[in-house]
Amino acid sequence: MMDNRTDRDPVTGTETTGHNWDGIQELNTPLPRWWLWTFYLTIVWGIGYCIAYPAWPLIDRATAGFLGYSTRAEVEAQIAEVDARNADVAARLASADLATLERGDPAYHYGVAGGAAVFLAHCSQCHGAGAAGALGYPNLLDDDWLWGGTLDAIAATVRHGIRNDTDDDARWSEMPAYGEFLEAEQIAAATEFVLQLSGQAHDSQLAASGATIFAEECASCHMESGTGDRETGAPDLTDAIWLYGGDREAITESITSSRFGVMPAWGPRLDEVEIKAVTLYVHQLGGGE
Amino acid sequence: MSAIGKHRILERSPTLLLVFSLLVVSVGGIVEIAPLFYIENTIEDVDGVRPYSPLELAGRDIYVREGCYVCHSQMIRPMRDEVERYGHYSLAAESKYDHPFQWGSKRTGPDLARVGGRYSDAWHVDHFIDPQSVVPQSVMPKYAFLADARLEDDLIEDLLATHRLVGVPYTDEMLAEARADFHAQADPDADTDGLLERYPGAVVANFDGQPELTEMDAIIAYMQMLGTLVDFSTFTPDETR
Repeated sequence: MMDNRTDRDPVTGTETTGHNWDGIQELNTPLPRWWLWTFYLTIVWGIGYCIAYPAWPLIDRATAGFLGYSTRAEVEAQIAEVDARNADVAARLASADLATLERGDPAYHYGVAGGAAVFLAHCSQCHGAGAAGALGYPNLLDDDWLWGGTLDAIAATVRHGIRNDTDDDARWSEMPAYGEFLEAEQIAAATEFVLQLSGQAHDSQLAASGATIFAEECASCHMESGTGDRETGAPDLTDAIWLYGGDREAITESITSSRFGVMPAWGPRLDEVEIKAVTLYVHQLGGGE
Repeated sequence: MSAIGKHRILERSPTLLLVFSLLVVSVGGIVEIAPLFYIENTIEDVDGVRPYSPLELAGRDIYVREGCYVCHSQMIRPMRDEVERYGHYSLAAESKYDHPFQWGSKRTGPDLARVGGRYSDAWHVDHFIDPQSVVPQSVMPKYAFLADARLEDDLIEDLLATHRLVGVPYTDEMLAEARADFHAQADPDADTDGLLERYPGAVVANFDGQPELTEMDAIIAYMQMLGTLVDFSTFTPDETR
């Protein structure tokens, strides 16, 4: 044994703490210096943090910190910074007449790109990420519009929505549920006539009697020719595009129970620039008029 | 006796050691938790926040039962990307009648704090029955059974009373009318004046389109009110909170 001092453990040669429990001594194995100093540094950093940032709760509020930091102020500043960067082009879009906006105009590009973002955040859940729609939710890529595909018509639909209770200017129409006052045979006949209108396989004898029912009950909205009416959002029944399905079963269900598609009004949620942007985006998808 | 020597007294008495350990540990709680109950920083009075209507509360119970909070948060953090996507950041007051709160900590699905009014009732029905029919890339399970599960009213008054027990200010009138309000909110033909007076901004609709009252009605009623109570066009946030 190199060191025989009593405050060293005779076996390992390590210093002891001097604690003695029933003859068992505690070895003093200190923490590594780098660890200890890092620990002291975190304490110093913690004191600095308390001074710089909001920290200690006092009587009615916590200390604000010398930097005056607040998450609410930060997010506002971040949004303001982006808004300021876009201010010129956004103002240009806000005051622009969409119908005459040149495709080369920076406001046009800003609108289409920003509109795509608005669309993904707010519209894609119903109309699909690619705007192709789903059963019951219109496809916005084609040129078959229920309420019109001009820039003004699209903007009005976005702003006020369709058949909602929250906007007095919402587009509104309500097809009666004919199951309540037509016989099943009459509905079957009308269904055959609609199948004939859209050029599908049908029972021509039933369709002939269905034509009378159509003229009496349906033509006021869907027009004599069945091509529909955008004033009432009545769909064109002569094409192959169907919102709720175009087979015999789906058409029968539509006539019997009617459909009542609702779109929320986005006016309260989106600002004017966002509405114009998403209008431009939807208009240039393929079917804009 | 030195300080270390006095410490020896604690070390030699298990009871004393336990008592003093508890005292030391509680310092952290007193400093970090207790102030939240009294300092003004954390308590923000906001107009419009009201207790849940009976049907919304029942829908909220279904939300908790199905573990929706596992994939959906209900707290929009004050960060630019969240505010731009979901709307105004959440305020503490907006969940002050939540027992337990549904802030969540994981988003497999989107945040739902302001989902109210964003989609039509029919969309919610379609989406609960088969999420992939409207959002093909969704990984959400199907909840079609909610449309078949009849909702009974026999416990609704007790449910409100229980929430009153933990501090939600339901009045005696609200408790007395709980059953009527519960049914009225899902019936557009009902007399809803009382309901709307007691619960301003409640959405009245036959949410699932079926004549019976189902769990689908309740959960959509809950969805459609989330985040809609505060009018942010008139609300001015205090930046120091």
